[in-house]
Formats: sequence, C-alpha cells, structure tokens
Amino acid sequence: MHRILMLLIVITAGVMARPAAAALNIFACEPEWGALAKELAGDKAAIYTATTALQDPHRIEARPSLIARARSADLAVCTGAELEIGWLPLVQTQSGNPKIQAGRPGMFEASRFVTMLEIPAQLDRAQGDVHPGGNPHLHLDPRNIAKVAGALAERMAQLDPGEAAQYRARAQAFLQRWQEATARWEKAGAPLKGMAIVVYHKNMSYLSNWLGLREVASLEPKPGLPPTASHLSELLANLAREPAKAIVRAAYNDPRAAEWLSERAKVPAVALPFTVGGNEKAQDLFGLFDDTLARLLAVAR
Amino acid sequence: MFNRNLIAAAIALAFAGAAQAQDAELAKIREEIRQMKESYERRIETLEKRLAEAEATAGKAADGAARQAAAVQSAPAAASAFNPAVSLILQGTFADTKQDPNTYQITGFMASGGEVGPPKRSFGLGETELTFSASIDPYFRGVAIAALTPENEVEVEEAYFQTLALPQGFSLKGGRFLSGIGYQNEIHQHAWDFQDAPLAYKAFLGGRLRQDGVQLRWLAPTPVFLEFGAELSSGDQFPGSDRNKNGVGGGSLFAHLGGDIGASYAWRAGLSYVRATAQNRAYTDVDSLGGAVTDSFTGRARLWVADAVLKWSPGGNAVYRNLKLQGEYFRLRQDGTLTYDDSGQAAPQFGTPISDYFTSDQSGWYGQAVWQFMPRWRVGYRYDRLHYGSIANGIVANGLGPTAADFSLLANHSPVRNTLMMDFSPSEFSRVRLQLARDESRIGAPDNQVFLQYIHSLGPHGAHKF
Repeated sequence: MHRILMLLIVITAGVMARPAAAALNIFACEPEWGALAKELAGDKAAIYTATTALQDPHRIEARPSLIARARSADLAVCTGAELEIGWLPLVQTQSGNPKIQAGRPGMFEASRFVTMLEIPAQLDRAQGDVHPGGNPHLHLDPRNIAKVAGALAERMAQLDPGEAAQYRARAQAFLQRWQEATARWEKAGAPLKGMAIVVYHKNMSYLSNWLGLREVASLEPKPGLPPTASHLSELLANLAREPAKAIVRAAYNDPRAAEWLSERAKVPAVALPFTVGGNEKAQDLFGLFDDTLARLLAVAR
Repeated sequence: MFNRNLIAAAIALAFAGAAQAQDAELAKIREEIRQMKESYERRIETLEKRLAEAEATAGKAADGAARQAAAVQSAPAAASAFNPAVSLILQGTFADTKQDPNTYQITGFMASGGEVGPPKRSFGLGETELTFSASIDPYFRGVAIAALTPENEVEVEEAYFQTLALPQGFSLKGGRFLSGIGYQNEIHQHAWDFQDAPLAYKAFLGGRLRQDGVQLRWLAPTPVFLEFGAELSSGDQFPGSDRNKNGVGGGSLFAHLGGDIGASYAWRAGLSYVRATAQNRAYTDVDSLGGAVTDSFTGRARLWVADAVLKWSPGGNAVYRNLKLQGEYFRLRQDGTLTYDDSGQAAPQFGTPISDYFTSDQSGWYGQAVWQFMPRWRVGYRYDRLHYGSIANGIVANGLGPTAADFSLLANHSPVRNTLMMDFSPSEFSRVRLQLARDESRIGAPDNQVFLQYIHSLGPHGAHKF
C-alpha cells in the first residue's frame, strides 16, 4: 500500500506542474448563461454548459461529468437564488476547485444583479418547493439579461484583466444590439398585454411581468408537485367560466397535462423554448426571444 | 512508521499553505470585493440610465421601468444568517418477518458487529438524522450528522471538515466520515433505494465503512471524471478492530472513473482497496452442544471492491422517467489467528482458550435496478449473493479440539437474497416504500420480510450524490 501511495503522490506532482490554459474556462449552469457568456467572451473563453433546455433545472444530478468540468473552471455562471441547490453545492465541493466556491469572484450568480419577483413572505414547504430568494427563472425578461450582461462582462474583465478591454467592448456592442431588439420585442409584444394564460410551473413569471401577461392558473397544484387529475378537472371548470388564450409550458415540461387540458378546454397549448436550445429557432438569446414572441403572438389573435 | 510520517506530511502541507496565504489573501479578497462592488454599481447605474432612455424612446417608460428601477438586491445580513444549515430526516418502518430479527446472522461469514439485522417487528422508529453544515471560513467547510437512534441514544454518524481552498483539484477531509470506497458506502441510508444495505455490505463492512481519520482526494484535470482517494484511519471498524496502538490503524485507496454517454446516460465505475488489522475482534457463536462461545480473530484483512453505476433518463431529464442500474463486487481475504473460548460456560467442553491459524477468502456481490416509470413512482429489484469461498481453520484441521460443528457461524453456506420494492414520493422531500424480500442469510431458515417505510426530510433542500 505504501508503494501505491508513493506512486499516487509522484503522479500528482507531475500533473501539478502543468501550466494553466490561457483562455477563460467558463462553467455555465444553464444554457442562457452559456449563450450570454459566448456573446461577451467570443473566442476568449472555453464555455461548458452543464444543462440543456430539455432538462428541468430544478432536478439536475451532480453527475461525474459535471464535477470533472467544474474542476478546471475559472468562472461558474449560474442563476443562484437556490435554483441549483440540488446539485451545485456538491459539484463545488467535489470539484476541488477553490475558484468557484461560494463568495469567490469565480462564482457568478445572476440573481444578485436583478430585482427578484415573488419573494415569499412566508417560508413553509406546505407551499410546495418555494425558493426563499424569490422566483429564480429570471432570464425570460430581456431587461434582466441586459443587467446580468453588464455585471458578467465586468466579472470576466476582473478575472482575465489582460482581455478586459475586449470583454467591455463586446459587452457594449451586445447591449447596443440587445436594446434595439428589446425595443422591437416590446413593440411587437404590445398586443399581448393583459392576455390571460395558464402556465405549467411558475417559470414564466418574469416573461409575464415584462409583457404584461396575466397568469390565471398553473397546472402544478403547488410549485414542484406534478399536475394531478383532480387539479386539472378543477382548472377545466375554471377555464369554462374564465377563458384563457393559451396554456404555456416550457420545452422541458411534460406535454401530456397541457395537451389534456388544451383538448378539453379548447385552449391552444404553447410550448415555449424557455431557454437557448429549447427548439431549433432558439439557438441564441436573440432567437430565444424572437421565437417566444412569435409563438405567443400566434395564439393572441 | 512510514504511515505516520506520511500523514503528518499530508496534514502539514494542507494547513501550511492555507495559513500562509491567509492574511495576504484576506486583504486581497477584501480589496477585490470593494472594487467589484464599486465597478458594478457604476456599470449598473449607466445600464439603468441607458435602459430608461431606450424605454423612453420606445414610448413605454412608465410601468416596466418603475418596477425595475429598484436598487439591486443585497443579501440579508442578520447575525442568524451565519447559522449552519440544519436539516432533519425522519424515518420509520412497519416490519413483518418470518424469522426473529434478533437472531439474524449471515451464516458462513464472521459476524461484523455492525447493526446489520432487519428492523424490529411491528412499528419501529428508524434513525432520526440531524445534519448541520456550513462554511467555516474561506478555507474549510464543516459537516456534522448526528443519528438519534430508536434506543434513545445519540450517535455521531459523521463529523468532518473539508478543505475548499486547496489548489489543483485536491481536497482533504478529516474527522469521522463515510469512506469513499465503493458506490453505496458514501450514500446515507435515507437516500438508499432499498430499506436495507446489500448483503455484501453487511457481511464485509458491517453495513458501511465509517472512518475516523483523514481522506485526501484528487480530481484529475480531464473532461472525463477521474478521481483518486486515499484514507488513513484508526481502522477500528470491521474488518479491523480497535487495537489501542499508536500510528495508523488502517487505510484505503480508491479510484473512480465516470462520464456521460450522450445526454441520456451517465455512469461511474470504481475500484477500491481497504486494509485493516484486527486484534481480538470477537463475536459470539454457538458450539455443537448449543452453548455460547466467544471466537476472536487477530490478523490482517484486505478487501477489494469493484463498483459500477449507470443511469438513464430521456435527454437527461429524470423528472418523468429514469432507470438506475447499480452493482458492486466485494472480495475479503483474512489471514491470522482464531481463538476459540468456551470458558464462559458453566460446563465447558474445553474450558480454556484454544488458538490456531485462520485464513479466509470470501466474496459477494449484488446487482440492482430501479425504474421510475412515472413521476413519483419507482419500482426496484435487487439480487444479493455471497460466496462462501474457502476457509482454513487450524483449530478444526489439527483435529485435537473443537470440530467444524463447534463453529456454527462458519458453516459452509452461500447466502442469497431477492428483494422487490416500490416507492412513492409525494414530493422531493417525502417518500413511502413497500419492500418484499426473501432472505436466505441464515442456513436452513429462509426469512420472508415485508417492510413498510417512510422517509421525510425537513429543512433546506439537500443535494444528493450521483
């Protein structure tokens, strides 16, 4: 056993001598932050996106591949507000990477730079899987993306001072394009104001808040609990009295409950990409909002 | 001796680096945070100004901007915010077993002394687990887990510190912790897929290996998960025993390899080695006349464990359907002296301790599959098998004293167990489970078991291991 231990130490010492890579290594918790990091860093960073648009961001496992990728990250870009609480703490401790531990500059949490919605006044699990810091699905408001973009570019500049000017210049250019696009979306989205929708999970709140949509019900009886037959029947009865224009779900939400209700209530079901990669049109942040608006406008008439 | 130097060096290395860097680093971090804060405030101010302008030109400055104009949030700063995260696990069973759980044994294998028997019949409380965890400072994290047993005792399950700031993928853990060997060993009971541990864990580790010592892990800088670990411990747990000696009592080495196959599959495989030394590791047995005898083993034990786990879920979204396959193989070799002592009896056959050589080479494995076929519902099947292998018992071989019939626990038997379970999880924080098993751990007395179990988790959302 002693010989094996010695061997282990020798191998370790050898590996420690490796020089660090020049580019910024970024570990993005969700696809929207991976896409944003790409806009801001271009080819100055190697970006690994830990989850896909087809995975429920609440229910990710601390897979070995995530731990391995977090090991050499210089910067982790995550939502925060406990969205990743089921897996990120484990990935942080098991990665053995001091740079991305909580409180370090390498741990970037988008939720710190925006105004959170739906901060619960009372914390009780009887209310379902509530997040003490507020609703964490903050990226579906483009104004939040702009706020996070500014903060993220500064963070990149801080961690990679040699390229600071580059990050700032790219952020300037991105924000310019983003503001033009936001103005365009808001103009196009004007008819959506006041539109009644049914959501699957409380994951569209920032979108609704931005566009002025009215969420009249959600398919989940409580946040995080799957839709039940009795709850859906109740919704059906309510929809007969108070009709909605659409039943909106994210690409990762199970389509069955939405389709069941859609068929009976004669309300169209809409699958939004939710994040980058959620469908073939939402391949970057601009595509994400273009497609989201288009799908909502298609049912608004 | 070498062991002792090594451990001292490892600890010195870990602490010296941290302490030296501490002051300079702290000042640096403070300065960085101050600069960060200033620069963010500046950036956000200009951004908000620009946003407001953009919105004004779009003719929509009124409602949206007012809502968003609120200042950027700052974290709450009450003194209680530094309290460690506390969580509590409630567990309990309703058990129906054909055989008396108090007479549980795994025939063919030396008793491990661990709590390996089935839960008590009728209603029974499981262990109530109380967990505290928090960052100690920028360099360490601390975790303590206390188990409140149904016998109204408090046990320290785990209590360890873990480094957060070692460079190059190293991390050091110290205190009492579940060993990193195998796959299931590090997983807490409330997160198991069955009510009880696999037979191999019961026979070769007394349920699981818990170390009082230090653990050093190193994660390789590769896109594939590759991790090595070494533990030095007091070695007082089965297959070792408390020896009241200076130095390191036992240790283990392990390596894990893992990764993804496409988006839908994730896997991990590993190989582990445990070395322990036992001194008068005693257990009670029954001789050929039905009298109680004390057998004790002194010698060394070497255990190899190979483990593999594969998880599948459509596109990596495990919420609706997923499958988990898991299997582990154990091989334990022991080499030393066995002492037979029936002097505790009123009318002993021999009346004096008898010692001779003892070697054993035994193995066991299990394989299990757990299938979540719809949200909340899972079914699982587990097959357990232990192989008696070979035992050379010098006391029996020399033919002068006790015979094989005086070692009833070491009778030639290869236990088998088949287990079925179904569980329902109303939410991520609660679970009820029905488990049926036919357990042939005892020779000639198969046990039919029915367990109904609940597991509830209170407090912050804990992260679960892969």
